[in-house]
Amino acid sequence: MLISRFQTIIALLLALVAAPLAAQERPVIEIDISGGVIEPMNIALASFVPETGDAGDLATNIASVITSDLTGTGLFREVPTSAHIGRVDSINATIEFADWRAINAQILVIGSVAAGASGELTVKFRLFDVVTQRPIGDGVQLAGSQAQWRRMAHKLADTIYTRLTGQGGYFDSRVVFVAESGPKDARLKRLAVMDYDGANLQFLTDSSAIVLAPRFAPNSRDVLYTSYENGAPQVFLLNVDSGQRQVLLADALNMTFAPRYAPDGLSVVMSMEQNGNTDLYTVDLASRQATRLTSDGSIETGPSYSPDGSLIAFESDRSGGQQLYIMPANGGAATRISNGEGRYATPVWSPRGDLIAFTKIMNGRFHIGVMNTDGTGERLLTESFLDEAPTWSPNGRVLMFFRETSGANGAPQIYSVDLSGRTLRMVPTAGNFASDPAWSGLLR
Amino acid sequence: MNVVKSAVLALGVLALAACQNGGPFGNRGGAAGGANGANAANGGPIEESSLAYFNERIGDTIQFQVDQSTVTAQGQVVLDAQIAWLRQYPDRVILIEGHADEQGTREYNLALGARRAAAVRNYMVSQGILESRISVVSYGKERPLAVCSNEECWSRNRRAVTVVSGGMNS
Repeated sequence: MLISRFQTIIALLLALVAAPLAAQERPVIEIDISGGVIEPMNIALASFVPETGDAGDLATNIASVITSDLTGTGLFREVPTSAHIGRVDSINATIEFADWRAINAQILVIGSVAAGASGELTVKFRLFDVVTQRPIGDGVQLAGSQAQWRRMAHKLADTIYTRLTGQGGYFDSRVVFVAESGPKDARLKRLAVMDYDGANLQFLTDSSAIVLAPRFAPNSRDVLYTSYENGAPQVFLLNVDSGQRQVLLADALNMTFAPRYAPDGLSVVMSMEQNGNTDLYTVDLASRQATRLTSDGSIETGPSYSPDGSLIAFESDRSGGQQLYIMPANGGAATRISNGEGRYATPVWSPRGDLIAFTKIMNGRFHIGVMNTDGTGERLLTESFLDEAPTWSPNGRVLMFFRETSGANGAPQIYSVDLSGRTLRMVPTAGNFASDPAWSGLLR
Repeated sequence: MNVVKSAVLALGVLALAACQNGGPFGNRGGAAGGANGANAANGGPIEESSLAYFNERIGDTIQFQVDQSTVTAQGQVVLDAQIAWLRQYPDRVILIEGHADEQGTREYNLALGARRAAAVRNYMVSQGILESRISVVSYGKERPLAVCSNEECWSRNRRAVTVVSGGMNS
């Protein structure tokens, strides 16, 4: 039995259900990141079994969120319930694999849901390889509260995704972004936060001041962003739970913007402007002491730490146009890494450390792309009138960004795309225009 | 280091003046930058000390080339007229807004707008306008004047706007 670190919200209890054979060693499906065509795997979720009288709706909803998470990756295709022949009446049922093979299911998920009288919720699932007729890993039981049912569904989907792909999951995560409304020349902007799939959207600020480009702290509870609240752009800190906010540098009299947390959460790297010149600074969060990192007469902005905190990628127009550079985290000599045609902006280091995502502007079109950290292997994943501001999924396999349409009625929406560039989807934002997404890590 | 401070101060003065006069003041102030024209009659006589005169007869806006912050010869003509007016009405203070078109990334455009605003301020200071009368703010691509997505609109959006406040006759 393993009790997770997920505070008291959800306890992840492995192997409570009858533990059958050992987990398989190789991933069932390989995630392709090079753009090759792969055929999605057929996955069937047998209707989850309600173990208490009133758990029927929860069972349906949880299975539906798991299905949506898994099919949203583009790696899996749902075998719809209407096609199912087999029925599963208990989490411990013996599986009639022939019934599932007959409908071309390759993967089978069975589950059960129990709702307690005081709001508890217990969900169990088992995962099977229909082809080999063997379980994939042990059964899993999650205990939490009914109010947390969506998170529990995402955690279950993360577990399934990890068992099938060998990669970390990304469904139990949130996105902080800028919700927009109103006409293009007088746009109203508010900070908002939502689950990665657009559910549970909450506004964090009102629309009285323009807000821009939020970023999560490593704890996924604090947010840095830029606001015109005091007249000119300044970096603010906000706690998502309490809604409390404060300006980062109370005495800063210059424009400050483009803030990002260091991986340890103890300091911030950001841009500060002085007499028209923008450079990068770090600010220690405890002392609020600012340290200058660059001193060129050019624009230095869009910083992003490497996951180990030792390096900073950023954009600069020191060569004449926007290009990407990497320097030590305490400043010093920078190496240019972007070398292709066009302008490069908003570098964002993958949480895996292997790639840098960016915005590329070329021939009047905008792209989201990725490159190796030495600038080789550039691949463009998207193209449109305006694609901007990539942010990585917690497992470094998917990017969100915003796409703005052109013209007088042009407006932004958040999209996601995987590293193959094939699975492009709009992320719902409850009817709001939406820009500047920033993805959290996996929640704890 | 007094950029934001004076910007806030200027906005404060603006609000105060609006209160005292009980009427519209600085119709292009702050976040509403680029709002509709002043209460000037079309082509009619306008009091030279008025904001309407500054905004419409002199011109409150200059434009920039793509990704540039150098004041053009055409822009300099407008700035020279603004400077002459500011010399004549030394009780006026100004907020210079720097703007960019939508064909750039958000954070870079904030920096570019700041460069444009600073270019205007530096030119004015070089011509003898007191730095203490000038504050600056960058709006990046957040407040376009024109909303179409072609060069006709983009050229109008790559701009610096001089927003006048202070003084008694407003």
